Amino acid sequence: MNFSEFFNMGGYAFYVWTSYGIALIVLVANLLSPIYLKRKLMTDLASKARRARQQS
Amino acid sequence: MFTFFHKMASPKYFYGIAGKLIPWLGAACLITTLAGLYLGLVVAPTDYQQGDSYRIIYVHVPSAWMSLFIYMVMAIAGAIGLIWHIKLAEIISISSASIGASFTFIALVTGSIWGKPMWGTWWVWDARLTSELILLFLYLGVIALYNAVEDKRTAARATSILAIVGVVNIPIIHYSVEWWNTLHQGPTVTKFDAPSIDTSMLIPLLIMAVAFKLYYAVVLLMRARCEVLARERNTQWVKKLAGTA
Repeated sequence: MNFSEFFNMGGYAFYVWTSYGIALIVLVANLLSPIYLKRKLMTDLASKARRARQQS
Repeated sequence: MFTFFHKMASPKYFYGIAGKLIPWLGAACLITTLAGLYLGLVVAPTDYQQGDSYRIIYVHVPSAWMSLFIYMVMAIAGAIGLIWHIKLAEIISISSASIGASFTFIALVTGSIWGKPMWGTWWVWDARLTSELILLFLYLGVIALYNAVEDKRTAARATSILAIVGVVNIPIIHYSVEWWNTLHQGPTVTKFDAPSIDTSMLIPLLIMAVAFKLYYAVVLLMRARCEVLARERNTQWVKKLAGTA
């Protein structure tokens, strides 16, 4: 089996690859969101602590 | 033994242990995903009726299984949180919601994309599709409710009750294809007889199911860690972690 035959999926390329593409996008987004959230939490905590120290 | 569970359920210990587990589970997830995709997309033979379109099964069916499995985890963890007031159970419950919603969304969308070439329609209002859509709304309801309530412990109590009530939908989804006439086919794997699918097609399906379970474990632990940090932000150990104590 060559590559273009594989990509063609027996004529169902659009349906098969759209399904896998959407699943991939959703799953990767789910993986990235807690990474981003944790970074944001940490920087928020740090800046809050800095402000508290400046006031005292 | 009891002290072990007690220690595990403390947010601080959970944070550390989860952090150590994530890379291992992530590596296992990556390996099983690649193996499952290779076996499913390249090695498994073409279906004699559906051609290559059936290969959507390797994302559709594991996602649909996960949508039910995660809901049960969310409801059971919610119940544990309600009964024994274990903070970690609340955190596991609410952290599951968005992952479950994502898998439900994937199951619905890939099912729709599969339905077009096979049934000739993107959508029908039959029992299986409608009950799965209700499951998506239940997940979204849990997420919206949690975000609407300021105090997170009160919010967790409310979402736990909603999740437990919604469990009634789970058997409806599972048996919908047997109780009502539908375009959706009956179960081929989760039934009492031997699965009516060839082994060469079944093995990649089961590998993908394991891969999705591992993915859920990884993202759940990551989300739960964030939730722990947010809730414990005024404690000494979190401040130390942020380098501010």
